[in-house]
Amino acid sequence: MSYPLLDVRDLVVRYGPVTAVDHVTFTLDAGETLALNGPSGCGKSSTALAVLQLRRPDAGTVRFQGRELTSMTERELRPLRPRMQPVFQDPYGSLSPRHRIRDAVSEPLKVHGRWNPAHGPARVAELLDRVGLDPSCGDRRPHELSGGQCQRAGIARALASDPQLLVLDEPVSALDASVRAGVLNLLADLQDELGLGYLFICHDRPVVRHFADRVIEMRDGRTVHP
Amino acid sequence: MPSEALLSVRDLRISFGQVEAVRGLTFDVLPHEVFAIVGESGAGKSLTARALLGMVPRGATVGGSVRLRDNADPAAERGRRITLVPQDALSALSPVHPVGDQLAAAVRSVRRLSRRQAHARAVAALDRVGIPDAARRARAYPHEYSGGMRQRAVIAMATVNEPDVVVADEPTTALDEERREQVLRVLAEQREAVGAALVLITHDLDVVRAHADRVLVMYAGRAAELGPVRQVLGRPRAPYTAGLLASLPQDGPRRRRLPVLRGTPPAPDALGPGCAFAPRCPLATDPCHDREPALQAVDDRLVACHHAADVPDPLRKFV
Repeated sequence: MSYPLLDVRDLVVRYGPVTAVDHVTFTLDAGETLALNGPSGCGKSSTALAVLQLRRPDAGTVRFQGRELTSMTERELRPLRPRMQPVFQDPYGSLSPRHRIRDAVSEPLKVHGRWNPAHGPARVAELLDRVGLDPSCGDRRPHELSGGQCQRAGIARALASDPQLLVLDEPVSALDASVRAGVLNLLADLQDELGLGYLFICHDRPVVRHFADRVIEMRDGRTVHP
Repeated sequence: MPSEALLSVRDLRISFGQVEAVRGLTFDVLPHEVFAIVGESGAGKSLTARALLGMVPRGATVGGSVRLRDNADPAAERGRRITLVPQDALSALSPVHPVGDQLAAAVRSVRRLSRRQAHARAVAALDRVGIPDAARRARAYPHEYSGGMRQRAVIAMATVNEPDVVVADEPTTALDEERREQVLRVLAEQREAVGAALVLITHDLDVVRAHADRVLVMYAGRAAELGPVRQVLGRPRAPYTAGLLASLPQDGPRRRRLPVLRGTPPAPDALGPGCAFAPRCPLATDPCHDREPALQAVDDRLVACHHAADVPDPLRKFV
């Protein structure tokens, strides 16, 4: 029996009295892009955090490759975390200003116990190359890079642990038009090559129409059907 | 140049030490028009916006001139005849004063009015931008306002003194579609209500298309193209404008890849003698690398390109 990559049912996230995500249900297959679209505050990012179990949902289930995550302990989740990675909106804010790019990209390898001193540096160079960054970028810190370069570094870091799912939270919203097109093309290439599933959070309708296979519209925490 | 210009910019240059970030801009802002300045990060558009208000950062050297009608210095008329809608509405308001007091202070800074009269104007301005129950809301602090209301309050502050020119610096960046349209609508309404021209600084070509009359496209501190929006965005003659437009996601059949301009904008301290866009330009030839093109008239617009006649239509074939 085969499972969808991601199967989310009746997801609920509450902050105190506020229900940010109200019974949201969707599935996502490998190699597919599902967009979550809607205005600020509609629950898109809360959905993303709950899918990744970075913010445990208050109700509902999240099945990743058939395995239910919400009932798992942190320890049980650990081996699954490398397979589902986030990429955030703010290209500078999502990288530590004190770390060189190569350290940021190698960190997931180290955290997940996959760092091999013999092959690690070559792997980092390969990842930087894969996202279209010059190897010299590895020695730099985020403030020395452009927004587009930082976002590429963030994608390289997400790819470091060989994920199957990327949760992309407004990955191009902070970028200029010509830079945005390059990053969207990179994401398209990576998906074709690696069969990644993308949960793509974006409030820009033309970008969503261009990039997503399917779209879920959210409003006030609920999915609405256009 | 028409003498009725509200704001005249002549050969504006802004440099930091040896590095020139704005390299000779000349344009007029006409009465009642929406004049957009569009460009990508580092193109110099925000610096230009600041210079229009006489607010360039410390350490910058400004050359050329910026003049309001009657040859007035904009720095002396800031808050009165020329005002700013800044990008970040929250940090533009003082957190420790009620919003109405801040507006009233803006009123009293340019007009000899009693506190009561200034307060009445402040309430009227808040009412005009659609703040519900404005008299009561005027006594509230910015943190008691929603994000959308703060944005409106900042627009109210920029228009309360009925200026000739409102400069809005990326007023819609980071807003979702609904909020963006709302802010632009309120800006347009207020602009009409007080009869001001609007200088709209943005990187969003869709916003330019929908809301501006004329547009200045900036690249590496210079004008790449300047003219009516319908001409510049409808049939661009500068390869940079054409490339930017081609890289936008379009309606119509889905395409897996978008056309992308190769390379990145040059650092302001690494410009050669030629056209700043030449290293990225599909049309560049030898003269482009040797000689920076001057602005020349094509139709009703100005273009800085040696190959303005060769920019293809439709754009999709371009990059």
